[in-house]
Amino acid sequence: MFRTALRNVLAHKARLLMTVLAVMLGVAFVSGTLVFTNTISEAFQKSSAKGFGQVDVAVTAESQDDEGDRIGKTPELTQALLDRSAKVPGAGSVIGVVGGFTAIADKDGKLVGGGFQSQGGNYWGDKDPRYTLKEGTAPRGPGQIALDSETARRAGYQVGDTVRLSIDGPVLSPEITGIFTTDDGNVAAGGSLTLFDTATAQQLFGKTGTYDEIDVKAAAGTSQSALKAALDKALPKDLVETTTGKQLADDQAEAISASTSGLRQGLLVFAGIALFVGTFIIANTFTMLVAQRTKELALLRAVGASRRQVTRSVLIEAFVVGTVAGLTGLIAGVGIGAGMRSLMGSLGATVPDGPLVVSPGTVATALVVGVVITMLAAWLPGRRAAKIAPVAAMSSVHATASTKSLVLRNTIGALLSGAGVAVVLAATTMSGSDGQAPMGIGAALLVIGVFVLTPLLSRPLIAAASPVLRIFGVSGKLARQNSVRNPRRTAATASALMVGLTLITGMTVMAGSLQKSIDKMASTAIKADYVVSMANGNELSPDVEKKLEATDGVALTSPLRNAPARIDGQTEYVTGVTGSAIRELTDLTLDGGSFEVGGTKVVVDDDTATSHGWKAGSDFTVAYEDGEKQRLTVAGVYQGNEMIQGIILDNTALAPHQDDPTDMQVMVKTSGGASDATKDRLEKALGANPAIKVQSKQDLSDEIAQMFTLMLNMLYGLLAMAVIVAVLGVINTLAMSVFERSQEIGMLRAIGLDRRAVKRMVRLESLVIALFGGVLGIGLGVFFGWAAGELIGTSMPTYELVLPWARMAAFLALAAAVGVLAALWPARRAAGLNVLAAIKSE
Amino acid sequence: MTTMPLADRTTAVAARATDLSKIYGQGETQVVALDRVSVDFRQAEFTAIMGPSGSGKSTLMHCVAGLDTFSSGSVRIGDTELGSLKDKQLTKLRRDKIGFIFQAFNLLPTLNALENITLPMDIAGRKPDKEWLDNVIRMVGLSDRLRHRPSQLSGGQQQRVAVARALASRPDIVFGDEPTGNLDSRSGAEVLGFLRNSVRELGQTVVMVTHDPVAAAYADRVVFLADGRIVDEVYGPTAESVLDRMKQFDAKGRTS
Repeated sequence: MFRTALRNVLAHKARLLMTVLAVMLGVAFVSGTLVFTNTISEAFQKSSAKGFGQVDVAVTAESQDDEGDRIGKTPELTQALLDRSAKVPGAGSVIGVVGGFTAIADKDGKLVGGGFQSQGGNYWGDKDPRYTLKEGTAPRGPGQIALDSETARRAGYQVGDTVRLSIDGPVLSPEITGIFTTDDGNVAAGGSLTLFDTATAQQLFGKTGTYDEIDVKAAAGTSQSALKAALDKALPKDLVETTTGKQLADDQAEAISASTSGLRQGLLVFAGIALFVGTFIIANTFTMLVAQRTKELALLRAVGASRRQVTRSVLIEAFVVGTVAGLTGLIAGVGIGAGMRSLMGSLGATVPDGPLVVSPGTVATALVVGVVITMLAAWLPGRRAAKIAPVAAMSSVHATASTKSLVLRNTIGALLSGAGVAVVLAATTMSGSDGQAPMGIGAALLVIGVFVLTPLLSRPLIAAASPVLRIFGVSGKLARQNSVRNPRRTAATASALMVGLTLITGMTVMAGSLQKSIDKMASTAIKADYVVSMANGNELSPDVEKKLEATDGVALTSPLRNAPARIDGQTEYVTGVTGSAIRELTDLTLDGGSFEVGGTKVVVDDDTATSHGWKAGSDFTVAYEDGEKQRLTVAGVYQGNEMIQGIILDNTALAPHQDDPTDMQVMVKTSGGASDATKDRLEKALGANPAIKVQSKQDLSDEIAQMFTLMLNMLYGLLAMAVIVAVLGVINTLAMSVFERSQEIGMLRAIGLDRRAVKRMVRLESLVIALFGGVLGIGLGVFFGWAAGELIGTSMPTYELVLPWARMAAFLALAAAVGVLAALWPARRAAGLNVLAAIKSE
Repeated sequence: MTTMPLADRTTAVAARATDLSKIYGQGETQVVALDRVSVDFRQAEFTAIMGPSGSGKSTLMHCVAGLDTFSSGSVRIGDTELGSLKDKQLTKLRRDKIGFIFQAFNLLPTLNALENITLPMDIAGRKPDKEWLDNVIRMVGLSDRLRHRPSQLSGGQQQRVAVARALASRPDIVFGDEPTGNLDSRSGAEVLGFLRNSVRELGQTVVMVTHDPVAAAYADRVVFLADGRIVDEVYGPTAESVLDRMKQFDAKGRTS
């Protein structure tokens, strides 16, 4: 039996090629993901382990929990603690570490890097073992810095250049005195690192006289754990925490593998979708192969093969196909892994060097996925093959398509779809998080139901297209009839495309609606002309507001200043604003009371009010971070949103209780309204700081839109794999159909259908199948997008369904393009058939 | 050009092959399928082409019908010389001037009987001549089965549809390739009867390849081929005369 199966594989090479390709793409995606994530994970871990080479024990402050009316404090790591650590027996050298966000501008004034990995730190003493100076000298005093060599190279800086940088608002212009290399993990990952001398760093990062961390190096002969024990004994236990360098490296390694495993899972979901689509194609191919071989299989049965043997021969064929696909997929996957790494490199994200990691697990996964998926998909066709009666060997005619009644299938499909729709609809009436699970289950039921129903749906939907097809004369008519000739086959082919398009459309509908609603939230809640914030979401120095206030043409300003406070034994973040200005800067809908912020009068959003049981006029006691208490009155309750929420109080009430206030944002209203000139003036007033964003409402909308576009494009890229697999499916189905109908095509050519018309017939059939899948996919996608939106809408008052008509038209065009593209080769084959050979075949 | 022997009939010629040769391969492996064959098929005449296997009878028909290319010589359908035609023009010629009946019926399973019959005209984008079409359909006796799909028809009925299809577009000439090969003798007789009637009553020209002397007896004339050459011609054949002639081939084949 094995030999028969193997011969069959070889005999149907061309037809199995597409199947191999479809499985291979999915496997390649899976193994590429594994190779890529393993590689970067290992590279990051190696580089981070190196980064901890200088630390035997790290001493950090132990922050206290919030309790009762008290906000927990983080104790300071003072110079005294550092000195004490240095004297502990077994301690070698000691480094005090200070750091924080430091934005650095390139020569054009643009931020180097994305802003998120822009770090600053201190250069310890005369020779800091963490950093190797490649050029120049260590920084000394407020006017000097050292820069990591990778950032210097990227921005084109050299020793002696003056750079512009910013920590929390004000712009500094120090001189580069040194360029260094380091094993620091953040730098290895493509971040920038700017070093100041220790005193300057302490002052700039607002930690005068204190450190973030004290790194202790053990003296020769002292182990990390011995040093840790000694430090634990010598230092106040309630204030500090000690961790060995090994533990730090392990923790970091774990964090890295956790973050890469998130990436891996995300990518594997898409690989799974591609594989799922692939199963349709495998099942289709094997069904067609079995149908074409009916006579042959019947002959095997007639000469004494058992049903089980027939099934097994089909499965052995699938096994061979799956193995080939798994192996080639693995090889392609290694290529994809390498490609992804260099792609990330070219996108600006630096990935540390390291060998490509192809673990035994990856190899095993690739092979198992390839073989198991293929054999599973071939299972049903294999069973069908076993049911062929031996007498079929004697019948002279080609096996006709399975005409088994679709009644059972349609009933099951209708039940599943009905249940799916009902569950999804029920889920839309639930509140946000409760509805997620039912929605997912309902969606899965509906997709499966529609898939089961596609043969039934194909007739009316394709019939609807016949007026258009009639334009193409007899080619169109034949194409339409051919496409409904074998509803199961058409259904499986169209479903492959449907899955991808459902996801693409659903995501697009959701993203478009979300974007609109967030946009609306931003624009309706804000009356300010500009919102000023830090590029990376960090906090701004209060100086920024002062400078803005003093700028020509600025009418009103208010900071949004976050501060923790204890209310009713819970930690709440209160927002400090300029009470007199906030009414003119925001436009919040009031549920009750009046919008009055000043003195002890505050406004509260609806959620907070409900959770505390407050109404307009309620009183409550707040305990600030310095421990002092104050009685506040709720003047009004407003409808909160993503941008503005919680308790809003006047800064004159909050300021006395904060020792180092920082602002999240500053809202600005100008007398002349938003204009390019005004924006320019504001930016100039802030010293053209690269780290600060001055955004009008339009800029905010654009930023939101850009974020969504980026996200959607990534999703499109990942889902493209599923569409490519679907294209292979259409090619395969058409190629097999052309093969099966070669006699018919020969006859048509003989009685006068020219090559162009034959090509057109195949192309139109492909187009019909692809558009059928496209229409189903887009329809389902819109439904899911709507349903998911109903869920989101429960927690987002401005949510509104936006149907992206232009995009949907584009997706339909994409489906059409898939159809035309997939038909290229089969159509050419059909047109190139030798008429005589085709007529005589049989 | 007209060096071939003309029979003592004066009717016009529907198709004519002159010095037609078809050679496969080259050198040692060269096979001559047709060796300078010259033959006329006159209008309103029913011709059967016979010969043993490998005699070139099917090749001759395919070349004359514009289905196959030839190595040298000339083929004319009416006034059109096929040798100089491109595939596209040949296709158009087959569509407009020629009807085909195949051994394996070759109907489209997705179309019903009527749609199969009018298919060549659909391809051409022409409206069928209603009266003629009704005539043809009545003649083959399919009036009550026009809405049936091929799978709902017997073999004989399917071949009657094929005959109607070949006749419906009023081609200049109809070619049949073993049209009764897959039929039982009664159905075969019916189909042959229709073909003869189409010649007698409708003035159709029919050329048929067959190896069955009984089928050949329906023709007005039988052309015998052997080894790629025309070796004999019989007018007004009977099954016995054809069978006798064929036996000579067999005898010759056995002795040579």
